[in-house]
Amino acid sequence: MNDLKKLQLENKKAENRNTFKLRMLTVITIILFFGIWQFVVDQGIVDSRTLPSPVKIYETFLVKLTKKAPDGNLLSTNILASLQVSLYGFFSAVIIGVPLGLLMGWYKIMDKTLTPIFEIIRPIPPIAWIPIVVVWMGVGLSAKVLIIFFSAFVPCVINSYTGIQLTNKTFINVSQTFGANNFTTFIRVGVPSSLPMVMTGIKIALGNSWSTLVAAEMLAASAGLGFMIQMGRQFARADVVVLGMVLIGVLGAVLSFIFSSLEKYLLRWK
Amino acid sequence: MDAKVKVEHLTKKYGDLLVLDDISFSIKKGEFLCIVGPTGCGKTTFLNLLTKIIEPTSGNIYIDGVPANPKVHNISSVFQEPSAFPWLTAEQNIEYGLKIKKYDPKYIKEQSAKILALLGLEDYKNVYPRDMSVSMEQRVVIGRAFAMNPDLLLMDEPYGQMDIKMRYYLEDEVVRLWKVTGSTVLFVTHNLEEAVYLAERVLVLTNKPATIKTEIQVDLERPRKVSSPEFVEIRKELTDMIKWW
Repeated sequence: MNDLKKLQLENKKAENRNTFKLRMLTVITIILFFGIWQFVVDQGIVDSRTLPSPVKIYETFLVKLTKKAPDGNLLSTNILASLQVSLYGFFSAVIIGVPLGLLMGWYKIMDKTLTPIFEIIRPIPPIAWIPIVVVWMGVGLSAKVLIIFFSAFVPCVINSYTGIQLTNKTFINVSQTFGANNFTTFIRVGVPSSLPMVMTGIKIALGNSWSTLVAAEMLAASAGLGFMIQMGRQFARADVVVLGMVLIGVLGAVLSFIFSSLEKYLLRWK
Repeated sequence: MDAKVKVEHLTKKYGDLLVLDDISFSIKKGEFLCIVGPTGCGKTTFLNLLTKIIEPTSGNIYIDGVPANPKVHNISSVFQEPSAFPWLTAEQNIEYGLKIKKYDPKYIKEQSAKILALLGLEDYKNVYPRDMSVSMEQRVVIGRAFAMNPDLLLMDEPYGQMDIKMRYYLEDEVVRLWKVTGSTVLFVTHNLEEAVYLAERVLVLTNKPATIKTEIQVDLERPRKVSSPEFVEIRKELTDMIKWW
């Protein structure tokens, strides 16, 4: 028993050492990436007006925390405006798209009625909706939210639809043998069994909603990271443009991390 | 005979293909009945008819004199492939059917505790199927079926994937659960030794279209010894009967 415990302890230690090594590898890669970038700009290999150095971007970041120039907003205002647009669009897509996909995948009548319409809408790129959305809703918050909604809605529906259709037939039989009706089986078997696919769809939707942000904020926005990038371009401020890009990337990664933690909890049985 | 389950003239056709041909038999309350039949004879169709997953072409199944209905009767089934819901723990899996039938939460907890104790799985009640071996998962599924105190428990070669040692262990366990709960069990297998080891009565099915060829009473004491002369004789009798397989 003692030997077993010793062995387990040693295995655990080796595992920890491995994890530490892998983490260090990630950190080193990031440092190397920014280091090379800084070096290339410092040495004049790339013009700093077209590609500002990481240090310059960091300085711009600090300045933008307290100063509104050149786009007329503090950085926090831009971040909050972008988060509002993308999260409104994202959550409405999840709230509508996931149940719709699940119902379409489970109930034949919903499948037959809604799938053809969805199949026609599905291939239309979110950006192609912009002109008609402007005609419908003008250029306010709801118009931008709708553009984001279209980009996030499709993966929510497709993954939920496919996920629930892949439900193991034996699980359905078990449930029905116990006397569960179709709706109870849908809720207690179909929905949980499709959860891994649904979560993947939501993850794709999150990425889509964040990446469509710049396009949505091209709609005469007055604040937002996409708007800040547009303004940076107009004023030939590459540092502001790249800062906007980096922040979109970082915030996207943070949202993705938060979502992954939620996914890990919900799929703890996987 | 005090019949718990009565199957009358059960026939199933898929188009012109006759799968089950006029099957009639009954099961006593608390009886352990085994059905043996060749592969592809329509056993699964037969079980799906009993669980009402599919409807018969003609004939009917009665439980306590009333047409079988999963919403009214407690019917449990154990399939060949492990079917524990992966998103539920061992305890939640065992409680599943009881919750579907909307029993009192206190009774559900008592019943699942009783089954977990009978299976010796108290320490594993919060474990998910992904962390279970195939045999443990199948035991949870069997526990889930017995937890219902079923009017009829259907088992479709539940030990098909187990090695011989595990099979003996689980067969003893299923006998123990059957005795404690007093359930009526219909156990399908193509392992003749298993059938003689478990059953009070064995029904032998023919090739497709399946019909009942004959039945054998097994009046051996429990625990049964597979090497005892009486056991060997019944197994031989059964084997002789189905040589045409």
